[in-house]
Amino acid sequence: MSANAWRVELELESSRFDPLGAAAVQSLAARGLPLSDGIRVGRGFLLPGSLERTEVDRIVDSLLADPVNETARIVAPGEVEEDGQKSLLIRRMAGVSDPEAHTTERALKLLDIDLPAGTHVETYRSYRSLGDVAGEQFLQIGARAFGNLTIEEAFLGNQPVGLHPEPSSRPSKRRDIPLRSLGIKELSAISSEMSLALTGEEMLAIQEFFVAEGREPSDVELETLAQTWSEHCKHKTLTGPVSFEQLDGEGQRKEHRHYDNLLKETVFYATQKLSPEWCWSVFKDNAGVIAMTDDIGIAIKVETHNHPSALDPYGGSGTGIGGVIRDILGTGLGARPFASTDVFCVGEENMNRENLPPGTMHPDRILEGVVAGVRDYGNRMGIPTVAGTVIRHPGYVANPLVFAGSLGEIPRKYVDKAARPGDLIVAFGGRTGRDGIHGATFSSEALHEDSESIDAAAVQIGDPITEKKVLDVLMVARDRDIFTAVTDCGAGGFSSAVGEMGEDIGAEVDLENAPLKYAGLSYWEIWISEAQERMVAAIPPKRLDELQHLCDTADVELTVLGTFADHERLILRWHGEVVCDMPMSFLHGGVPQPIRQAIAPQAPQNDTEWSSVDDHGKFLQEILSHPSVASKEWVVRQYDHEVQGGTVLKPYQGANGHGAGDGTVVKPRLDLPQGVALGCGIYPRMAELDPYAATANAIDEALRNTVAAGGNPHRTAILDNFCWGDCRKPDRFGSMVLAAEACRDAAIAYGTPFVSGKDSLNNEYRVDGVEKAIPPTLLCTAMAIVEDCGRTVGTPLQAANNHLVVVGYTTPDGGGSVAADLLGMEDSVVPKPNFETAPSVFAALHAAIVEGSVAACHDLSEGGLAAAAAEMVIGADGLGASIDISRIPGDSELPAQARLYAETPTRFLVEVPAGRLEQFGQHFRTLPWAAVGEVQIGEQLELRDGTATLAQLESTTLSTANRVQA
Amino acid sequence: MKPRVLQLFTSGINCDRELRYAFELAGATVREMHIRELMESPEAIRDCEMFAIPGGFTYGDDLGAGRVLGLEVKRFLANELDEHHDRGGSIFGVCNGFQALVKSDLLPRVEGVEVSLTWNFSHRFECRWSRLLVEKALGHVLPAGSILPAPSAHAEGQIVLAAGEEDVARLEAANAIALRYCDQQGQPTSEWPACPSGSIGAIAGMVSPSGRILGLMPHPERNLSPLHLPDRGAGAWGTGKEGVAFFRGLMAPYLAEIHS
Repeated sequence: MSANAWRVELELESSRFDPLGAAAVQSLAARGLPLSDGIRVGRGFLLPGSLERTEVDRIVDSLLADPVNETARIVAPGEVEEDGQKSLLIRRMAGVSDPEAHTTERALKLLDIDLPAGTHVETYRSYRSLGDVAGEQFLQIGARAFGNLTIEEAFLGNQPVGLHPEPSSRPSKRRDIPLRSLGIKELSAISSEMSLALTGEEMLAIQEFFVAEGREPSDVELETLAQTWSEHCKHKTLTGPVSFEQLDGEGQRKEHRHYDNLLKETVFYATQKLSPEWCWSVFKDNAGVIAMTDDIGIAIKVETHNHPSALDPYGGSGTGIGGVIRDILGTGLGARPFASTDVFCVGEENMNRENLPPGTMHPDRILEGVVAGVRDYGNRMGIPTVAGTVIRHPGYVANPLVFAGSLGEIPRKYVDKAARPGDLIVAFGGRTGRDGIHGATFSSEALHEDSESIDAAAVQIGDPITEKKVLDVLMVARDRDIFTAVTDCGAGGFSSAVGEMGEDIGAEVDLENAPLKYAGLSYWEIWISEAQERMVAAIPPKRLDELQHLCDTADVELTVLGTFADHERLILRWHGEVVCDMPMSFLHGGVPQPIRQAIAPQAPQNDTEWSSVDDHGKFLQEILSHPSVASKEWVVRQYDHEVQGGTVLKPYQGANGHGAGDGTVVKPRLDLPQGVALGCGIYPRMAELDPYAATANAIDEALRNTVAAGGNPHRTAILDNFCWGDCRKPDRFGSMVLAAEACRDAAIAYGTPFVSGKDSLNNEYRVDGVEKAIPPTLLCTAMAIVEDCGRTVGTPLQAANNHLVVVGYTTPDGGGSVAADLLGMEDSVVPKPNFETAPSVFAALHAAIVEGSVAACHDLSEGGLAAAAAEMVIGADGLGASIDISRIPGDSELPAQARLYAETPTRFLVEVPAGRLEQFGQHFRTLPWAAVGEVQIGEQLELRDGTATLAQLESTTLSTANRVQA
Repeated sequence: MKPRVLQLFTSGINCDRELRYAFELAGATVREMHIRELMESPEAIRDCEMFAIPGGFTYGDDLGAGRVLGLEVKRFLANELDEHHDRGGSIFGVCNGFQALVKSDLLPRVEGVEVSLTWNFSHRFECRWSRLLVEKALGHVLPAGSILPAPSAHAEGQIVLAAGEEDVARLEAANAIALRYCDQQGQPTSEWPACPSGSIGAIAGMVSPSGRILGLMPHPERNLSPLHLPDRGAGAWGTGKEGVAFFRGLMAPYLAEIHS
């Protein structure tokens, strides 16, 4: 490290409270290092040592330090500060993106300061102890507490610090990987040495191809095949043949089923069978598109970013949301993102640090990080994050899940695209670096103890402002009809983007044209780098100047990478030398598909024996505190969920803003009455017992959300996200087959086609030789069209004397419910939807809402009727509810616990305006519904069983139990 | 002819759509220009009655909210904006736009008072609805003493003053405080959550002595219908008409001029 840099640290004036410092003290204390005198946290900048002191002062005063409340500490190049061991500095490793530094470099021009050639700016964070501290201990504990050592390094202020050296360029020549004469063992060794994640059979298929070609493959040819054939890009497991065995209660084979292509015969099949005319684009583009009006469609996609988030929660979730937003930008000729969703699954809260598997971060820290990542990326992009949830389960401790969704608005005429031979291949947006190399293949392998240290390159750092600029320019270019095709650079980078766009025609690329973040990348790294914020488009050559002008104005970098061809080959050159020349047919069609085995045990069939509950008031408070039920308002309030002005039914509702909503309703166009309602469903606890029922329930829940808000169930599209363990293991794959079958059956029953989906497999963690899979996790996201946003309803109670009605039939099945979890009940049968009646219930409720016969509505899900009633009271303004549970429709002999806490799907608690009960009931006829109580003045929830009072709780008690924060 | 709004655009501005819609509802036409185009032809400012900076995260707010945009405005647009103001034109900044107005010294225009906007006291991004008490300095836009409900959505909205409470008094004396965070009864407060940032003096927005340079942290352009309100028009957050009234008030001088 050269010592040639000025160190500038900006701290809040000593008289001001430093919240970050206070948090730092707490964090160290939890790790056994109490620093009671306090810590001041600083924003650090390294400026080139060749700048004059006067220049540095000017930079600090006019640009870096806040004029009112910050003070600067400046250390000259080569010098160290007095008491330097009290300062802990944390900075990014060389090569890790540093967007703040780039902003600083550009802003220096406003001060007429030019950086000397070959120098740059870096940023870092400083933690200065106000009291004495042993330097080594501070370094050791502080580095872990404040830094992410996968991408950051820590050192003390008592050593001189310099800028990272500029990488030198390393000329690379074509390199061949001889494999024609190798056996399968050696082939597999090559795959693992190069981190290709290709199986022995796949390597054999590749070998066979190159034997026939009469030559050895180059490194970039192998890399391209590895990317294209990766589980992440190809979904080999879901689209391959499978032999499935269903076991009976004795563990004997009961039933055998075979699928040639599981996905095609389940999820796709349902869509195909339904194929409504309002589905404009399904399963062929980066996102599905359905009609909102005759001219405007809505694109929707949900992605996962699990493994990167395990290593770097902040960067992983941020680039997760950034990536799915680019999917929307790359749908058709470009859709305009107007809403995002996020769902996080992490380990249990307050977990004892000693029980953490080695190499993993504490779940609370992971959650904090992933929330912050989505917050900072989404807020900067100006796209409201409006729906989602948080799941806590011990099975996610070493392998958290991060789902990120995005929705975009697109005129119908821009839904289709096709690159044409002769079109230029252009890239625009961010530069290419070494970040994210092997992201596609890394996510296809299980995590292990060493992941933290060796996979730093798979971590990506987001730069939302660059992506925002890309969005801005893309929309203008689309509206000028400049593109013939556009797609995003996601997993696999240029390799996937160009490979997919040119699949039917062929492409030629000159890799040296790609603009780089720094010198020294070899051609194969450029080709597969997953650096963020890049889009690839096809444009006619005559439109280049116009696009260049647009990009210049928007401060976006544009590069011509090559041209699309008509030879149906992929040709890559590096300074003129051909380094890859393969037919598209082999690239996209050559992957071998072995038959996989799948096996599933019988789900519990035994009736639920409900444990007794002595004090329902107390137990309801426990339910409301359960992580699955507890308020997530603390997350939502950090997201700008109202930017763009279209959020017309918020995730948290009511005068006090504390009422948990079901569906969120967003208007993509402020001048139109239409909008979309969003919902999501996820039941990992039930899936551990009965993957089929859990999946059906997840779909039912997502639909309950949108129906409750006022979404049209006849105009609803759904999405699947499968997150499973290693499906090469038959037991893991078995539960996935059942989940896929449930997707098929539910979609057909409800008439809601799947329009997009994604799978993330190998969510396993290896420690001490034991492999653990996450719980089978299917996230269903539903999007319903709302014809008139004025006809939507929230969950908070609206007016005294209104009726309360339970819609839907309650069964005693309690397997996998929150109550079963809290009461420690024995595993038992999991409830599932009645596909015969459920669609009619949704249709009837929707008709009642549109007619104006519903004042408020909440679906019954985790925590059952009791939790839903409590949430409707929590969001109300001066109102409460009285409910008689003996009146709800359901099996005879239902115990009170089941009436209160069962999680039977397709049920709602509905507030019907006084005097409209009969009209409301006309929609239901023979369907199950019953008036069970009324809205009352006074913020109190009363639950009765006939004349017996079971619980009587004040709204404030409910809020406190529900962990409402404000 | 309708009054003309020139809306600034640059990297990271992201509240442009709703601001444009609000101005249009108030009877104006909106033209959007990128700051790069404006730097080349700042005289375009002469063709508008209202110059507006929407919210967002200009340049990522990497060096503090609105800092870099503030420098750009000061360096490239200050002269034209001064002339625009002298001609009777208005300047309006919301959220990040307000931060940029402060960091370019266009606000508060009170001798000796040094203002900055820093991290919310919670040190978090806060997205929640606020009630804003209209001070008499803003009486020409909305009735003084009335409440303008609007969502806040910012991380760096805490107003800090070099001389603390003394500066609050100076701003008050100079009629520079336009809006204050208040509770449901209309009592000004700096307490979270009614005031999301902990701003000194509960200040939510500031105005020039002329009344024509105005900036505020919360977003009235996201309160254009009862459906926008947390309670959807039940009454605790007004009627859903206050936001449009605010923008009409901003444009009133020019609407009247053009109608007469």
